[in-house]
Amino acid sequence: MLEQSIVQQLRQIVGNQYFRDDNEALVTHSYDGTPMLQSLPDGVIYPENKQQISEIMKVLAENRIPVVSRGSGSNLCGGTVPILGGIVMVMHRMNRILEVDVDNLTATVQPGLITAEFISNIESKGLFYPPDPSSMRISTIGGNIAECSGGLRGLKYGTTKDYVIGLEAVLANGEIIRTGGKLMKDVAGYDLTKLLVGSEGTLAIITEATLKLIPPPRSKQTMLAMFNNLYDAARTVSKIIESKIIPATLEFMDNPTIRVVDDFAKLGLPRDMEAILLIEQDGDLEAVERDIKMIEHICIAEKAERVEVAESREHAERLLTARRSAFTALARLRPTTILEDATVPRSKIADMVRRINEIALKYDVMIATFGHAGDGNLHPTATTDARDHEEVHRVEQAFEEIFQAAIELGGTITGEHGVGLVKAPFLEWKIGKPGIEVMRGIKQAFDPHNLLNPGKLFAKETRKRVVINRD
Amino acid sequence: MTESNHAAIHKKPTVKLSSPLAESLHLKLDYDQLTNCMRCGFCLPACPTFRETGFEPESPRGRIALMKAVADGIMEPDQAFQNQMNQCLGCRACEPACPADVKYGQLIEQAKDAIEDHAEHSVPVKGLRKTMLKGMFPHRHRLKWMGRGLSFYQKSGLQRVARGIGIMRVFPSHLRELEQIMPAATGRGVVERLGTVYPAKGETIARVALFRGCIMDVLFAETNVNTVKLLSEAGFEVIIPNEQVCCGALHAHSGEMDLARELARTNLRVFKSAGIDYIVSNAGGCGALLIEYDHLLHEDEEHGNLAEWFVSHVVDVSWLILERGRIPLFTDRSATAEVPVKITYQDSCHLRNVMKSSGSPRQLMRHIANVDFVEMKEADRCCGSAGIYNLTQPVMAGRILEHKMEHANRTEAHYMLTSNPGCLLQMKAGVLKYGNPEHMEVKHIVDFLYERMGRTNESAGD
Repeated sequence: MLEQSIVQQLRQIVGNQYFRDDNEALVTHSYDGTPMLQSLPDGVIYPENKQQISEIMKVLAENRIPVVSRGSGSNLCGGTVPILGGIVMVMHRMNRILEVDVDNLTATVQPGLITAEFISNIESKGLFYPPDPSSMRISTIGGNIAECSGGLRGLKYGTTKDYVIGLEAVLANGEIIRTGGKLMKDVAGYDLTKLLVGSEGTLAIITEATLKLIPPPRSKQTMLAMFNNLYDAARTVSKIIESKIIPATLEFMDNPTIRVVDDFAKLGLPRDMEAILLIEQDGDLEAVERDIKMIEHICIAEKAERVEVAESREHAERLLTARRSAFTALARLRPTTILEDATVPRSKIADMVRRINEIALKYDVMIATFGHAGDGNLHPTATTDARDHEEVHRVEQAFEEIFQAAIELGGTITGEHGVGLVKAPFLEWKIGKPGIEVMRGIKQAFDPHNLLNPGKLFAKETRKRVVINRD
Repeated sequence: MTESNHAAIHKKPTVKLSSPLAESLHLKLDYDQLTNCMRCGFCLPACPTFRETGFEPESPRGRIALMKAVADGIMEPDQAFQNQMNQCLGCRACEPACPADVKYGQLIEQAKDAIEDHAEHSVPVKGLRKTMLKGMFPHRHRLKWMGRGLSFYQKSGLQRVARGIGIMRVFPSHLRELEQIMPAATGRGVVERLGTVYPAKGETIARVALFRGCIMDVLFAETNVNTVKLLSEAGFEVIIPNEQVCCGALHAHSGEMDLARELARTNLRVFKSAGIDYIVSNAGGCGALLIEYDHLLHEDEEHGNLAEWFVSHVVDVSWLILERGRIPLFTDRSATAEVPVKITYQDSCHLRNVMKSSGSPRQLMRHIANVDFVEMKEADRCCGSAGIYNLTQPVMAGRILEHKMEHANRTEAHYMLTSNPGCLLQMKAGVLKYGNPEHMEVKHIVDFLYERMGRTNESAGD
């Protein structure tokens, strides 16, 4: 419960209707897209501009009240669940495109802008912003920046961090900073822009972003290859890259996923296949045709069972259906769906998928894996029921082992979802004690009273690593 | 991992509930569906009320979270909760957007049903609900009398007098607007005009039954007549069972579930005994409930099989003509006009999201000669009519309609076609208030199709 005097100050800043502390508001801001997490805030605030945010932060800092800034709350790491209460700050009202600068190929936007709306706007102007997280129809640019979201085009085009070149943000004490700018080169001091990208709302509240745009590719082609051996599929991925081809999309589905997708979408997929690769190349027409032909040859040479190159856009859409249905098909199996994003160097994909399947068997849980084979970013997805505590416990154990396997293979615990609450206990596994200490130092410098999204990134206790004896 | 393992899980948490309403909600809400919502938020951009306000409680994800909080005993179902449930249009645009296939439409109906059980309506509202939902819609002959009364009001000059002396000004503005767009009512429905059996033109493809609806047959009897004739032209013998009753949609959406079930059982019996291949609906709102009679009666073992038979036979009129019929030639005199006439289409939410018929009407329109079909932006978004929503929630309905009309005006269409009487009236109100009634006419797709066959003015037919 907030003191009435504080509530009054907040209401004065944003206007009565934009601060809420009634039941309805508190309950509906107690969760995000992460299963099984819920915690009530003490209030919800909808600021209209950076001045209001600055004033809000001064009030909150003075009274040591935590704040969780968020967009649509669609993240998958518990990143915006207010576990220590305080204020949830929703950026929905700050959703404008401030400028599209065609001379410098940049766009300046507010954080509450829905990513898909931004993309459709700049595409209508003949420009291209590649980061395309699957949640983009609802997620916001601010949320994408906070989590450094990826997407299907990460291999060729990079992720959100590669397109954010300038930021404006409000610090915990209410001061406003600006970093970077419409500049492709800028080495004036530490790169605070890149530091804030992926900082999960723990360092500052982003109020404006300058994004880099690029010219769109002129054409695109799509193909599908099926393998009855996981390692053949993985070798194909390596061979494509070795041949100096970087496909725009290189997606992967394992056998459990193929089965579930076929049950759901009735696509007549061969259910005994161990892997499907969905490959897209974009660029100039000639180059695309040459690349696709070469990829087709590589697939056949690496023992693909079936290769299908789309002959029209409709045909391509049909091929894409399998991969696009993966999440939906899995989400319908059981009430609770846990989507993780363990990531390995792409040369280790086959090993990682094999390990995931062994681990699922060991804990007797359903885990299907699909993901971005080109950049090694996999989505092992468990389907379970939150009400079955015993099974959920086994799922958690399985994921712990999956994170460990990823790290052993030179990978990471999260490729694009963020650490948040869910992976905080495992962060040290990836970056070590000294790494944690440096990060804590950075946090201390930005937010000495630990008010910005507290309880995220840093766990009270790091999970003990289980010693596994294999063979 | 077997099914029996899963069944062992407690379906609902045991919680202490604070009020009779909380208990009703706990009892009626399907806890499996509440759990199925994984809170991904994919439904948010599909929701008209969320788009208007950007406020999480006004989204499907937010409303489900509120229902679950009540079922979990962590929140009181206070007045704000009840208002929020009633603020939902029930357009169900969130369902196709949901990866997990959460049956939101069922949840919101369960919530409204529980709320209705404990509702304390004001005396006039209670009276109106009783008159209309219990006393009027279920009773065919009373509806006819209402039609005659309305017709008298409109034709006798009373309407002109009422408008002239400004008596309508004492009503709230949204009711005044409704009065203005009300079509000519009639006591002579489709059966009175065409009888109960209408033969197919040419070889009979199938025998189909028309679901004529309650309001539909009083305010849009002409559309029902045109539906029958159009079906006949397309090769169907049309039966119009005279004992059929209101589908129950208005009751179900207002929380009167028992009444809705009673009506459904009557319709099951009537249509089963008609010996037909399809049950045709020309109103998205009715069709959507008809096609979910199995869910409505899922606890009724006696009628289970019959309900399954029924829902597997319900089809939308556009789909039936397009997929099973001989598509007639839509070439009347306007086929030779120099400039093709621009038409556009507003989806009926329930036709699109529940009956899953959004492609068929559009494909059928392509068969009309010399028209230029312009797709309206966000044609798949609710117009704000939503049953009687525009009467119960006039403010939100008005905001939604105003935005809808911005897109409608941009199409510059001469004809705005729809597939549901509620949408039709709402769009008419929209054109009157925010558009140009001289330029844009709102019509039921069936009426437009039949008109374009050039049969209306011919005396001898073929």
